[in-house]
Amino acid sequence: MATAIVFLPLIAAIIVGLFGRTLGDRPSQLITTGAVLISALLSVLVFKDVALDHHTSTITLLKWIDTGPLSVDWAIRLDTLTAVMLLVVNGVSSMVHVYSIGYMSHDHSKPRFMAYLSLFTFAMLMLVTADNLVQMFFGWEGVGVASYLLIGFWYDRPTANAAAIKAFVVNRVGDFGFSLGIFATFFMFGTLQFDQVFAAAPGAVGKTFEFLGYQVDALTCTSILLFIGAMGKSAQLGLHTWLPDAMEGPTPVSALIHAATMVTAGVFMLCRLSPMLEYSQTALNVVVVIGGTTAIFAASVGMAQNDIKRVIAYSTCSQLGYMFFAAGVSAYPAAMFHLATHASFKALLFLGAGSVIHAMSGEQDMRKMGGLWKLIPVTYVLMWIGNLALAGIPPFAGYFSKDAILEAAYAAGTPVGYYAYWLGIAAAFLTSFYSWRLLFMTFHGKSRADHHTLEHVHESPMVMVVPLVVLALGAVFAGWIGVNYFIGEDMGEFWGKSILMLPDHQGLAHREEIPALMSYMALIVGVAGIALAWVFYVAVPSLPGTFTKAAKTLYEACLNKWYFDEIYDFLIIKPSMRLGWGLWKGGDGMIIDGLGPDGVAAVTRGLSRRASRLQTGYVYHYAFAMLIGVLCLVSWYLLSQR
Amino acid sequence: MEIGLIHYLVVASALFTLGIFGIFLNRRNVIIILMSVELMLLAVNINFVAFSSFLGDLTGQVFAMFVLTVAAAEAAIGLAILVVYFRNRGTIAVEDINLMRG
Repeated sequence: MATAIVFLPLIAAIIVGLFGRTLGDRPSQLITTGAVLISALLSVLVFKDVALDHHTSTITLLKWIDTGPLSVDWAIRLDTLTAVMLLVVNGVSSMVHVYSIGYMSHDHSKPRFMAYLSLFTFAMLMLVTADNLVQMFFGWEGVGVASYLLIGFWYDRPTANAAAIKAFVVNRVGDFGFSLGIFATFFMFGTLQFDQVFAAAPGAVGKTFEFLGYQVDALTCTSILLFIGAMGKSAQLGLHTWLPDAMEGPTPVSALIHAATMVTAGVFMLCRLSPMLEYSQTALNVVVVIGGTTAIFAASVGMAQNDIKRVIAYSTCSQLGYMFFAAGVSAYPAAMFHLATHASFKALLFLGAGSVIHAMSGEQDMRKMGGLWKLIPVTYVLMWIGNLALAGIPPFAGYFSKDAILEAAYAAGTPVGYYAYWLGIAAAFLTSFYSWRLLFMTFHGKSRADHHTLEHVHESPMVMVVPLVVLALGAVFAGWIGVNYFIGEDMGEFWGKSILMLPDHQGLAHREEIPALMSYMALIVGVAGIALAWVFYVAVPSLPGTFTKAAKTLYEACLNKWYFDEIYDFLIIKPSMRLGWGLWKGGDGMIIDGLGPDGVAAVTRGLSRRASRLQTGYVYHYAFAMLIGVLCLVSWYLLSQR
Repeated sequence: MEIGLIHYLVVASALFTLGIFGIFLNRRNVIIILMSVELMLLAVNINFVAFSSFLGDLTGQVFAMFVLTVAAAEAAIGLAILVVYFRNRGTIAVEDINLMRG
């Protein structure tokens, strides 16, 4: 059954990818959507079997690599962590497949799109079911490729191509860290199998290995290298620049890949590696600091963006920061819980935004929207639900998971824990501010769209609305259904051995004991953020202008994403372009070509020109040469006789 | 003074040298080159016959007959080529024959 879950999307992707043109649009959509829907239904069964009835198992499919000490299998590891991810990935993926049928109805290459989506789903499933680091890396790269293909889906747009390349290249930085981490793991433990690595991890505490003459703590170094991989995929501060640009892809792609599943792979990886991470306090602290900083950074940028999808993209980035610092304070269950709830409400928000864009004939700039709520009421309501969940207003899903994360960070009692808590609180304030800014700018006030666009505004068809409703149900109910299992009393039993939390890392378990004010803080600032957004964008619409003039530097920094792209351009891209240019012109063109092929050719040409000058064509010259030859021959013969 | 082998050889080498210079110093006519070649062959023939008589071996004289035959054939072919060449190019001046120039 688990095998079917993983491979059905692959089979569908192959069939539709290769024969999509012959099959036609409708069969292609039915095949891919059907396959993923079946996978999703099976995932529910697996979830019940594995997570609720605790039948964990590992299915070995076949041997992959077997060379000396390195032995790697294709395997499906079924434990609670995998089961949760299967449910999330297949749930969101199937909804996105259905939604895409409606959203891409005007596109010319529907089969290609559907095949890519299914291929992505397969790669993601490979990632989450991996039983060793190499298979995880396979899935990791697979989702990267699918993401590249889907961001650049509209390949006739230069910006989409640039964004696709950027996503791939930035991810490569992270993946380099990941692969180094894999090497280090193998170097230390002699195996890449999760169970064996985790069994050996406690014994590796305090071990060091030498690198460039320095003694490096082996476990910390490995964990941080693997974490760099997670940073790349999950768009954490420093490697986040690709995520907003990835919004060039079609909106269902943004919802599936860049909100719900692929970008959360990093969080999943940290949770999966928890039995190793737990033993390196330094690595955990790094995770917390990066996560907390990302949360506030991305939220601050999200406030100033005008593109509806970019706001949500930065919001995703920020929420991923929450998940990371949750993992960093050892609240892995809370991170996974937030991952699951976030998947449903963020996919809902993205698909809702897609519905808005669809209604507005492709317009994404919020400054050209407004007053849409009467025209597309269903989308409006669903966006409200998504935003309430995102802002953490009870009883919506985000409330349970986000509060748990913040409380756990506070209860961890460490300096980095407090750091993450306060940044998280600030980010929560900004989150609800920009969420309602989006809502008010899009749906309220007077319309700023031209009447031509407005005439075409229409509610999306059923095939798009139904997935939204399903995700909205998730955004409403996932929280209080899951809270008990994920982070409540049944936590230990639910997660089983898939997550390890050391006895002195019990922030999550002690989260009820923190002061009430700290516990309600997230809710208070959330409501405050909504109120502020209402004041800014509904009550006194002139206020944003005044404010941006007053705090011009801050506003410009936020608007320009704290100049990250510019800094990278200056520090990395320009120098490497220059280096590349120099190596191309100087190294390759002048030295290698000059001395190699071109040099040899020039010498040959010169010699042959001289040789050809010998050929005068006059008979007596040839005769003379012959004579000289005879003379030489004879004299040599005679002289050697002596 | 008795005429000995040396004298024949001297005559032969004189003829041979004449032949060579005939080839090199001649700038005008290909026929002269052919004649010079003929002259060189004859010089060789004189050598053959002289040595044959000196050593008392007939082989040299037989060889001389063959050389004469081949020389005749060669001259015939050479002249035939020249005729064709003249028809094609309208000249047989040595200086103009340089189609093989590289």
